[in-house]
Amino acid sequence: METNTDTPPQVIEKTLEEVTVRFAGDSGDGMQLTGSQFTKTTALVGNDLETFPDYPAEIRAPAGTLFGVSGFQISFASHDVYTPGDRADVLVAMNPAALKVNLNMLRPGGIIIANSDGFDAKNLRLAGYETNPLEDGSLKGYEVYSIPITKLTTTALEKLPLSMKEIVRSKNFFALGLMYWLFNRPLEPSLEWIKKKFAKNPDLQEANSIALKAGYNYGDITHIFTTRYRVEPAKLPAGKYRNVTGNEAMALGIVASCELSGLPGFLGSYPITPASDILHELSRYRRFNFRTFQAEDEIAGISSAIGAAFAGSLAFTTTSGPGVALKQEAIGLAVMVELPLVIINVQRGGPSTGLPTKTEQADLFQAILGRNGEAPVVVMAAKTPGDCFHSVIDASRIAVKYMTPVLLLSDGYIANGSEPWLIPDPESLSKIPVEFAKNPETFKPYSRNKFNARPWAIPGTPGLEHRVGGLEKKHITGNVSYDPVNHEFMCRLRREKIEGVVEDIPDQEVHGPESGDVLIVGWGGTFGALRQATEYLIEEGKSVAHAHIKYLYPFPRNLGEILSRYKTILVPELNLGQLSVLLQAHYLTPVESYNKIQGLPFTTTEIREKVNKLLAGK
Amino acid sequence: MTENEIATAETKKLTAKDFTSDQDVRWCPGCGDYSILAQVQRVLPTLGIPRENVVFVAGIGCSSRFPYYMNTYGFHGIHGRATAIASGIKVARPELSVWVATGDGDCLSIGGNHFVHLLRRNIDVNIILFNNRIYGLTKGQYSPTSEKGKITRSSPYGSIDNPVDPIQLALGSSGTFIARGIDRDPKQLQYVIERASGHKGTAFIEVYQNCNVFNDGAYAQYTDKEVKAEHVLTLEHGKPLIFGKNHDKGIRLNKFFRPEIVSLDQAGDEDIVVHDEKNKHLALVLAEMTDDPSLPTPFGVFYAVDKPTYEEEYVKQIEHAIETEGRGTLKDLLESGNTWEISDN
Repeated sequence: METNTDTPPQVIEKTLEEVTVRFAGDSGDGMQLTGSQFTKTTALVGNDLETFPDYPAEIRAPAGTLFGVSGFQISFASHDVYTPGDRADVLVAMNPAALKVNLNMLRPGGIIIANSDGFDAKNLRLAGYETNPLEDGSLKGYEVYSIPITKLTTTALEKLPLSMKEIVRSKNFFALGLMYWLFNRPLEPSLEWIKKKFAKNPDLQEANSIALKAGYNYGDITHIFTTRYRVEPAKLPAGKYRNVTGNEAMALGIVASCELSGLPGFLGSYPITPASDILHELSRYRRFNFRTFQAEDEIAGISSAIGAAFAGSLAFTTTSGPGVALKQEAIGLAVMVELPLVIINVQRGGPSTGLPTKTEQADLFQAILGRNGEAPVVVMAAKTPGDCFHSVIDASRIAVKYMTPVLLLSDGYIANGSEPWLIPDPESLSKIPVEFAKNPETFKPYSRNKFNARPWAIPGTPGLEHRVGGLEKKHITGNVSYDPVNHEFMCRLRREKIEGVVEDIPDQEVHGPESGDVLIVGWGGTFGALRQATEYLIEEGKSVAHAHIKYLYPFPRNLGEILSRYKTILVPELNLGQLSVLLQAHYLTPVESYNKIQGLPFTTTEIREKVNKLLAGK
Repeated sequence: MTENEIATAETKKLTAKDFTSDQDVRWCPGCGDYSILAQVQRVLPTLGIPRENVVFVAGIGCSSRFPYYMNTYGFHGIHGRATAIASGIKVARPELSVWVATGDGDCLSIGGNHFVHLLRRNIDVNIILFNNRIYGLTKGQYSPTSEKGKITRSSPYGSIDNPVDPIQLALGSSGTFIARGIDRDPKQLQYVIERASGHKGTAFIEVYQNCNVFNDGAYAQYTDKEVKAEHVLTLEHGKPLIFGKNHDKGIRLNKFFRPEIVSLDQAGDEDIVVHDEKNKHLALVLAEMTDDPSLPTPFGVFYAVDKPTYEEEYVKQIEHAIETEGRGTLKDLLESGNTWEISDN
C-alpha cells in the first residue's frame, strides 16, 4: 500500500508498509556491520523487523570473487514481521560479484544501488561479466542507481590524515548514510556507535562519521532519487524493547536461568560456527558469577560441564552439529549419571563440515536418536531469535526438575538473525526450584521422587559421599550392577522419566482453524516463513492452519489428536524429512513432506505455492 | 575453636578405614593397583581435608575403578575424559580437593589431549597415573607407553609404535608438579602423594604399576632386591644425585649437559649434580634418563614450582568484575544494550 504525502517538488515521499533491503559486498567490505547498524536504527525507529545475515565461511575470501560475497538482508515494516523477506526491494551492491550473486533475490522492478567504482575491469572479470551490467542495459527491468561511492567517500575524507586504504574502508558508512536518507532514518544512533567504537582512534571516528553524513547528504542534495520512503512504526505490544539475535537471546536466557535457580552457571564450550557467539557473550558475564570454560575440544566442553553439574552448577554446553556428534558419548554419560545439563546445538549445514555458515535443521535424528544404548534425552527447539531466551530457561527448568540432559536445538538462521524483543519483566519469570540432598539418614543416590528424578547430592555435603559413573547402576543404591533384570528395569525407568516430562509440556497450540484441509507442522527456525505463509493463505480464504512444535521429545500430549483433525498434514523441513519420519512412526498417520536442503531458509512464497498445489490436488 | 579448627580436629581422627568404601575391590590378586589404593587411603586422613570435600574422578580402565573403592565423592567417567570432568568440578568448586585416577591408555592415548590441557592450565587437580605399560581391561594390547617391539595380542609381530614418556610430556605441557613413584615402594609413594596434595596447581604423579596378568615384571629392575639399587635414583631436593648398593655412585653432567655416572671415589663433591626441583632444565635431563640402560631411572619429585592456578585467576576476574561493575541483576542483564520504549497508544 502506498500513499502520497505532501512533499517538496522533485523528491516525492512515499509511505510503505514493508520494505526488504539487502546489503551485499565483498566479505571485507563491512556489509555485516552496515546491516547490523541499519537494523539497530530501524529497531529504534519502532519498526518490527527480521534480519538474515548470509556470509561465506572464508574470513577474507579473495576480493571481488563470487564466493567472497557477504550479504545482509533486513525486512522492516509498520506491521508484524515474521521473516527477513523472500525478495529484496532494494539491493545495495558494492561490486559486480555482489550484484551477480544477489540479483535473483531482488524483486522485478526493485532498486539497485551500485557502487560504480567497484565495477572496474578486474572486478567485472572476476564476477564473470563480459560487459558492465550497469551500462549494457541488462538491468533494464530494475531501477538502477549507479553511484561512485568510493570516489565520493575519498573526496569527503581527503583532508584526514589517513591512508587511502583506511579512507576507502569507510565507504560502507557512506552507503549506510545514503540508505538512512532513502528510508528517513536518523543518523544519531550510528554516530553514537561510531563515537564509542572508535573512541581510541579519533581519526577513524571522524572518517566514519563524515562518510555517514556524506552519504546522507548526497541523497539530500543530488536529485537522482525522485522518491524517498517512510515506514511508520509498527504497533507492537507496549513495553521496553531491545534488538536480539538468537545467540544473544540464548546467552541472556542462560544467565537468567542461573539467576532464577540461584545456581552458579558454567559453560563448557569449544568455538564452532555458528554457536561461538554464545560463548563470546557469556564470557562477558563474570559479574554474574558465570563461568565460561573454553575447552580444548568438544568432548572436553561437555565433560567439564558434566563435572560442573556434579559439583552443583547449572551447566551448559554450546555447539553445532559436528560438536554434538563428538559429544554423544558424554551425553550418554549424563543420561546414566542423571545430572542436569543443557546441550545447545546451533545447527548448520551438514554432514561433516558441510556448510558451516549456512542454516539447516538436519540434526533432529541426531538429537533424538543419537548415542549408544537406550539413552533418552528431552529434545526441544527454539523458533525465533527471541524465543531462544524462553526456550533455554524452560530447558534448564526441565533439566533440574528431572535430573536429565536436555538438548535444545537452534539453527544458524535464528542464531544470527535478529528481531526486536520485548524485554520481559524479571519479576514475571518464575523461579527454578532447586533442592540439594542433605540428609545422610535417608540419602540413596538412585532413589526417586514422584517425577522419577534422583536426588542431587553435591560434594561438600557431609555424609553423602557417593559414587556415580557410566556403568549401569543398581536401582536405589546406585552401586554398579550387572544384574540383567536391573538393567532392563533401569532402561525402562530412564525412558519413563523422560516421557513423564510431558506433564511439564504445554499442550500444542494451533494457529488458524481447528480443523480443515491443511495443517502445516514445523519446528525450529522455519517458524517465521510458515506462520507468514499461513496468514497469507488464511487471508486468501484457504482452510490452512499452522502448528509449530517446540517439544520434539517427548511430543506434546495432544499432538496426535490435532493431526487427526486435518485432511493433509504438510511437514516442511530444512532436511530430508526427519520430523516427518518421527510423526509417522509415532502417530501412524501419513504426512506430506516438503524438503529444502540448500543452506537457505524457506521463503514464504515457497510454502504458499506448496500449500496451493496440495489444495489443487497436484 | 573456630569452625575450621573443629573441622580440622575432627578430620584428624580419620583413618584409612574412613576412606574405604563398602564395595569389594575387584582387581586381580597381586595387582599393583592395591598398593596405590592403600597408600592413598593412608595419606588422605593425614591431610586435614574433610572427607566430604574430596572428589575422585576416573575414566575407563583397571585404574579407573578407583573411585568406587574410596569412600569420598566419586565420578567414574568415560574413556579418557577424567581430566576434563575433573577440570569442570574444580573450576566450578575451587574449595574441593579433586583427584584423578587414570591409566596409561586412558590418560595418554584416548585422553592425551585433555591431559596436556589440564597441565597447561594449572588447575589444582592431582593426577595419579597408573602406568603398567599395557592395556589391562581390554585384555592385553600394547599401550602408548609400551616399549617398541613389544609382542602383545594386537602386536604379534612386535609393536612398531614409539612410546611416549609421561614425565617428558608433562614437562612439555607446562606442568608445575611432576613426580614418579612405584607400587612396590609404599613409603616413597606416600611421600609423593602427600607432596602432590600440598601442591597448588596441577600435580602429576606417574606410578610404575605392575600388571601381573598381562605385563608381569615390567618394572622388575626397579623392585628386585638384588638389582634395584643400581637402577633406582631417588630424587631429594637439595641433595646430590647418589645411588648404588653402597651409595658410591653419583650423576654428573658432561660438557654436552648429558648425565653420566661417576664413582664417588673419583669425583669431587662439586661434580655431583644437586637436585633442584625448581630447575626445569634439570628436570628435562632427569626425564631423559628414564629407561636408559646405561643410567639409573629417577623416582621422586622431578619438578615443583608455584604458579597461579587457573581457578584462582578465574575467581580474581569474577571478584574484579563484581567490584568494578557491581553484581549483575536480572534486570540490568536484560536491559543491557540499546533499548527503546513502545507505549500503549
